[in-house]
Amino acid sequence: MKHLLSTKDLSKDQAVGILDIAEEMSAVNSREIKKLPTLRGKTVVNLFFEDSTRTRISFELAAKRLSADVINFSAKGSSVSKGESLKDTAQTLEAMGTEAVVIRHAASGAAQKLAESGWITSHIVNAGDGTHEHPTQALLDAFTIRKRFHGAASTGKDLSGLKVAIVGDILHSRVARSNLHLLNTLGAEVLFVAPPTLLPAAQDWKAKFHYSLDACINDEQPDVLMMLRIQLERMNASFFPSEREYARGWGLNRSRLENLKETAIVMHPGPMNRGLEIDAHSADSPKSTVLEQVSNGVSVRMAVLYSLLSNEGLIND
Amino acid sequence: MPTRTVLTAEDLKRALTRISHQILESNASNPSPASDIVLLGIPTRGVTLAKRIASVIASTEAEFIPDNSVGRLDITMYRDDLANKPTRQVTQTQIPAQGITDKVVILVDDVLYSGRTIRAALDALNDFGRPKSVKLAVLVDRGHRELPIRADFVGKNLPTSRDERIGVQLMEIDGLDSVVIES
Repeated sequence: MKHLLSTKDLSKDQAVGILDIAEEMSAVNSREIKKLPTLRGKTVVNLFFEDSTRTRISFELAAKRLSADVINFSAKGSSVSKGESLKDTAQTLEAMGTEAVVIRHAASGAAQKLAESGWITSHIVNAGDGTHEHPTQALLDAFTIRKRFHGAASTGKDLSGLKVAIVGDILHSRVARSNLHLLNTLGAEVLFVAPPTLLPAAQDWKAKFHYSLDACINDEQPDVLMMLRIQLERMNASFFPSEREYARGWGLNRSRLENLKETAIVMHPGPMNRGLEIDAHSADSPKSTVLEQVSNGVSVRMAVLYSLLSNEGLIND
Repeated sequence: MPTRTVLTAEDLKRALTRISHQILESNASNPSPASDIVLLGIPTRGVTLAKRIASVIASTEAEFIPDNSVGRLDITMYRDDLANKPTRQVTQTQIPAQGITDKVVILVDDVLYSGRTIRAALDALNDFGRPKSVKLAVLVDRGHRELPIRADFVGKNLPTSRDERIGVQLMEIDGLDSVVIES
């Protein structure tokens, strides 16, 4: 594997393999000395053209725990604001000797462009490109689900038999897209729940569509309820009448939480809009995995960097 | 490819029994020779061997509790050849709950060859604590060391040429106990 651009590219064996490595990485993250010498001497650039806190810090921590050197680049306050192109920025950074580029960009396909244009030879990790994909988020979600449902016996398992409902702005969500592919690969059933305006028009996805959250919870009894963030920055057209109305129809609250299965879990990729897509009671309930997702994110990203960078010699052969 | 059996099931059993007793003897200056021993097997077959040595020790020393004294140490992330070998799957590391600090750690592996695996294991140990001492037990020492490392307890010294292959087979993994040499 040279790049991680989309969860579509991952076979079932590859995906389970990454989750298994992440399992061992999470053991490292819970011991006293949280550091491995594995990527000593390698340099990872975090190329962030869009704002991000948790993803950037998570990637930074993951690279540092594997002993790689990390350069953080954010478009604000750099020569990008002087008009430098993506190509020139990437080539400049690689000229300084980097082995991997973690890129977040507002344009869908930016990571792929970087990987396939031949501008640079680094490994590319997509950390979110526009409304397209966010593969490491899907991997950490799958890891969190597997951990909650299989516990200590997670290694080697997939997610078959589980029903995952993804609720909210499916149309603009790269998290939903990446999760759809990965969950399908791992054998889980995917349900999308959203107002019709926030569902994509072309419905050739391997997922079931629901317009009502209550109907979905009552009829389907999902094992996992994944609430997506309403991206207020993308709500420029009238997708729903008001925030209050959205919260009433599609937000997770106390009564909906009580209708869930005993074993069901509630996920959110963060940052949360408390009171909009999820209320405080649900976000802080024992069913919620929000903080586990954050800590698992570091382990999963360590596994991804290890998988991409540890066999560099072979790829160049 | 001609193969020759160098250790039969009986030989293998005798070798492990001898190693177990040597481990205890070497620790005899301690007030309780068996209680501060921690056996760490290096996956895959070192783990099985460590368990077998532990059961021999437990059969003679009452204060030795295998559950609290046997673990596994995956050294994949500490290898020095990660960059030029295909990505290796990482396996589980399990350190006994009592930890390794101030213990006598015995690393157990099936074949000692270049010594690089053991170097990686020593690095890995550093991250888990500071043992009183570290010793190495191997079933077969086939020579060709590339580092200044030697085994303290050896089942069989087997001079080989570099293009020969040593195959260690254990009941728990391969269904039979034997060591063969392929040339």
